[in-house]
Amino acid sequence: MGIVRLAKMTMRDEFARTQVSQEVLDSAESQPSGSRQIKAEVEGLNFFYGKLQALKNINMVFGANQVTAIIGPSGCGKSTLLRCFNRIHDLYPETRYEGKIILQPSGINLIGPETDPLEMRMRMSMVFQKPNAFPKSVFENVAFGLRLRGINGQELKDHVEQSLRSAALWDEVKDRLRASAYTLSGGQQQRLCIARALATEPEMLLFDEPTSALDPIATSKIENLIFDLKRDVTVVIVTHNMQQAARVSDFTAFMYLGELIEVAPTKEMFENPAIKLTEEYITGHFG
Amino acid sequence: MKEIPVLQHPVAAAADQGISAPPTAGPSATKRLSRLKERFIEALLFLAAFSSVAITAGIVGTLLYESSSFFASVSLKEFLTGTLWTPLFASPRFGIMPLVAGTLVTTGVALVVALPIGTVVAIYLSEFAPASVREIIKPALELLSAVPTVVYGYFALQFMSPLLQKLLPGLPTFNMLSAGVVMGIMIIPYVSSLSEDAMRAVPMSLREGAYAMGANRIITALKVVYPAALSGIVASYILAISRAIGETMIVAIAAGMQPNLTFDPREPAATITAFIVQVSLGDLPHGSIGYQSIFAAGVTLFIMTLIFNILGYILRKRFREVY
Amino acid sequence: MSDFKRIIAKRKRQDFVFNVVGIVCTLVGLLTLGALLADLLMDGLTRLNWTFLTSFPSRFAERAGILSSWVGTLLIMVVTAFAAVPLGVAAGIYLEEYARKNWLTNIIEINIANLAGVPSIIYGLMALGLLVYQFRLGQSVLTGGLTLAFLILPIVIVATREALRTIPQGIREAAYALGSTQWQVVRHHLLPYSLGGTMTGIIIALSRAIGETAPLITIGALTFIAFLPPPPIKSQPPFISFAWLWSPFSVLPIQMFNWVSRPDQDFVVNAAGAGLVLIVVTLLLNAIAIMIRYRVRKRIKW
Repeated sequence: MGIVRLAKMTMRDEFARTQVSQEVLDSAESQPSGSRQIKAEVEGLNFFYGKLQALKNINMVFGANQVTAIIGPSGCGKSTLLRCFNRIHDLYPETRYEGKIILQPSGINLIGPETDPLEMRMRMSMVFQKPNAFPKSVFENVAFGLRLRGINGQELKDHVEQSLRSAALWDEVKDRLRASAYTLSGGQQQRLCIARALATEPEMLLFDEPTSALDPIATSKIENLIFDLKRDVTVVIVTHNMQQAARVSDFTAFMYLGELIEVAPTKEMFENPAIKLTEEYITGHFG
Repeated sequence: MKEIPVLQHPVAAAADQGISAPPTAGPSATKRLSRLKERFIEALLFLAAFSSVAITAGIVGTLLYESSSFFASVSLKEFLTGTLWTPLFASPRFGIMPLVAGTLVTTGVALVVALPIGTVVAIYLSEFAPASVREIIKPALELLSAVPTVVYGYFALQFMSPLLQKLLPGLPTFNMLSAGVVMGIMIIPYVSSLSEDAMRAVPMSLREGAYAMGANRIITALKVVYPAALSGIVASYILAISRAIGETMIVAIAAGMQPNLTFDPREPAATITAFIVQVSLGDLPHGSIGYQSIFAAGVTLFIMTLIFNILGYILRKRFREVY
Repeated sequence: MSDFKRIIAKRKRQDFVFNVVGIVCTLVGLLTLGALLADLLMDGLTRLNWTFLTSFPSRFAERAGILSSWVGTLLIMVVTAFAAVPLGVAAGIYLEEYARKNWLTNIIEINIANLAGVPSIIYGLMALGLLVYQFRLGQSVLTGGLTLAFLILPIVIVATREALRTIPQGIREAAYALGSTQWQVVRHHLLPYSLGGTMTGIIIALSRAIGETAPLITIGALTFIAFLPPPPIKSQPPFISFAWLWSPFSVLPIQMFNWVSRPDQDFVVNAAGAGLVLIVVTLLLNAIAIMIRYRVRKRIKW
């Protein structure tokens, strides 16, 4: 049965913090056995908007080259947690972090005061809920991050093409790279944003409800994409769509009211959740 | 204007549809009277709103009527291409070019001052300054546009001109440069306030997209926010142009009133507006060619500003539609 | 990674530089305002005394005063306010509450937007041809007041509309639900609630009108006037006279213009003095408007 299920059984019916440890990673069925890498470790993370505490003592581990989904009802803090990774909160006044997010293999604490947010944003990429393509051409959108990093000329063009291919968009736009990004459909714009995010070869790809504004066909295209991307990148995806989490992720974390309730390999989470609250959410008792 | 249908009194609405209350003498008569009263009031209010159309008609009508007699005796060709403007001389010449040149040069100098400074201030207030600073500076700058222009004219003649004479020896007391610079400073809030509004209307998600890629503030401001807000920003530029073209007192006081066909801002010259003022100060018999000449000048001015106003209106509508 | 560090350092430098540039540009405007006020004060403060305020202009600089001009300004403002406020508020109410979305309304709105951008001197030209000669109103206080009223009309209309827009739709619906007619809703609810915002706009519009010079020069306001218009109150029946409406006049900004245009430098002091009075009045009006806006916002929070 494994250590994990034993632990879950003893924690049933409690709002316990569950630590995803090496053992959990080991037990994930979607991975061949052997040591799994950890990409990021969240330790004792608290987050405050002014006086309001939005994240309470989050402890979890994100596996490298895995897709981790974060689910939970509105206001549970999943987007807030995601935005800690690239320090986007720093743009707004009166936000405060406590605790650590350790990025491996460099060992940097992402949210430490000594860490430069600008540097973190250069290592991470984020795709937002509503496609936010810049008012520029298709080419320039993808090139934006590369130009920021001083890449130009033919190297730039090659990177752009590669990113568009990785985002499964190249065939659709290769003849209109100079057209405005707004001439693309919603689904295409979101894939453009994904290409833009991939172009900078980030260490982690952060998706904040990427398909909630899209139609089912565009959604499934992007879900397939995410599944393929994990070969090269670690992916974290926040979603309010549980079926999407089930389809796409290797691990799922369930949050409620700013706390992490349960983390488990996806199949286990949906077939046999350890905590009652998780089960109630998954079966739709509230949402 | 309201998106929802205008709510009417239920009985009035019913009556509109042909349904009326059962005929009892007293109450229905009162209702008819009150409906009449409502209609009457609405008509009065409509007339008030329509007065704006009447005023425009008055402006256009007067300008056309009075300048029609002008153009009966002066050929359009001489008016548009002549290089001397001396309508009050014994042998008058009626080429409007000197006045147009004066207007264009002073406007040009003003824009060279107002557009860059106004844009920088707008970007600074919108993307860099903390909210507390913005709350103080924005109204303070708007005070600049509240000062009467005759006071600016005084300032241009008594302060700016001597100051510029120190920098450019040989500068005449009356010159287009000092008038233009002061006019430009007066126009800064037109550019900065409206551009800043346009930039603040750009949704935060666009900025987040840029910041999330590691962009810094100035790159996000210049490459993402500024292009996104462009139609609103250009509308503010056009407003500034229109304002500069129509300005009267600053140029009348500080740029001199001698028509002078030149594009060198260091010389004195008369603008279209300054000419109208100069003539109005004197005694002109109604109907004389001198009297009519100010209307011809006025028509030219009106057409110039009309073009820019229409451009600005179209742009502002487009900017509002996007967001 | 060191590549990143270099790029990041450069980016931070850019941000710093622009911060400085932004502050400098902001200061250009503010410092000019300060220099302007300081200049006026230095040149004209000595001139501000009771004699100055109560004397007529004169060929002799030391004896010249602004009596006729500020009285003229006052009378003109009365006419302007009486004309522009009812007209503008009524138009604003119509456009915001009654008008339907059709081509006629479009034309009206385009007109108002256009009028707001017409140079002030064009209003003077219109008034000269139409009011002074065609309607035979002459170069009088009445003409001057009407000219300025037309000029500030768009401002009053916009201010009224903005003030009405801040009233939530729920208030209107509640009033209608109780059986009010449209005019009753406007009169008993919308006008009182929007009064503060409208007043603010009207005061700002009037403060602009006070500083207007060009249109009044165009219609023939005098630059040297050594008498006052006939007083509105008479000692004989019917006790109220409107003769002042037809009187020639001058206004404060024109007087300042006249003095500053003279080659004789003695008059510069007078011009500065007049300018100070103008600025003080303008700033006072703006301050009152801001105060009203602040108190209204505190009292009514939708």
